[in-house]
Amino acid sequence: MNTTTNTSTGLQSLSISQRLIAGSLALLLGLTLLVGTGFAGDFRLHNGAHDTRHAMGFPCH
Amino acid sequence: MIRNLFAAALLAALCAGLVTAAIQHFRVTPIILHAETFEGEGGHSHGAEAVVDHVDAPGTPAHSHDVVAATVAAPEEWAPQDGFERTAYTTLATVLAAAGFALVIGAVSMFANIPITFANGFLWGIAGFLTFSLAPAYGLAPELPGMPAADLVARQLWWTGTSLATGGAILLLAKTRANWAFAVAVALVVAPHIIGAPASPDEPSAVPAHLATEFAAITLGTSLVFWLLLGSLFGKFSDVFATRKAAIPAGAIA
Repeated sequence: MNTTTNTSTGLQSLSISQRLIAGSLALLLGLTLLVGTGFAGDFRLHNGAHDTRHAMGFPCH
Repeated sequence: MIRNLFAAALLAALCAGLVTAAIQHFRVTPIILHAETFEGEGGHSHGAEAVVDHVDAPGTPAHSHDVVAATVAAPEEWAPQDGFERTAYTTLATVLAAAGFALVIGAVSMFANIPITFANGFLWGIAGFLTFSLAPAYGLAPELPGMPAADLVARQLWWTGTSLATGGAILLLAKTRANWAFAVAVALVVAPHIIGAPASPDEPSAVPAHLATEFAAITLGTSLVFWLLLGSLFGKFSDVFATRKAAIPAGAIA
């Protein structure tokens, strides 16, 4: 039978370097989004995300 | 696999973010708008607080105090128009923040080698809520516009440090239940609160207390819903993408 399936759930089959690369990319993009929506001082970002900042408990003005 | 991680994170963030934005629209934003009607009546005002440090007697006509106040207040900052535009921006910001949180816990999952599955997604959600909502709120209660507050950068630093310490403690206990780990975790969780959040200035707030307490309860409840959804959906989508991958015959290039 050459149709046996790979039953790994994904993560365990990854090498440590693959996990580091995936994690680093996700962390970089994730933090960029969080800083942009929750922390950035720029008034356009602040005013656009104002209600979200208050609703999600970020410190805001 | 990187694609699976990003797809699961972003799809979960979209779903959880939209549900959260809907709750915010009906339960949270109305309180913010209500609070804004009191803004400027008390000791705190938006942007010009360094200059305007007194409260006018009721009925005093609008007037400018000095040149600095005039130049601070004069340029009209862009802000979304109340109504549809403001709701759209809030929805977008909530979805983007959700994506940010999802990618951060996805990154933690990769670094710590703990998969996010439907079986443990609920726990990831609880961990996220404790880390990013409850622990920071324990020192910095959810604030409404118009409430007196300490220096913004100091609060942001404390918020970030508290999240890192709390998240670190949870992650440590997820990896090991050794005695020393419990001691370190307790120290990490407690330390930010012993150091103490930047204290609000002791000045009267124009925002009625019942609005502030209602807001604190509703935002924390909404955050809990958001995090449980995000964790569970992230796990569900991860499972779905992983089994889809598993359907590829062995030997095929996955």
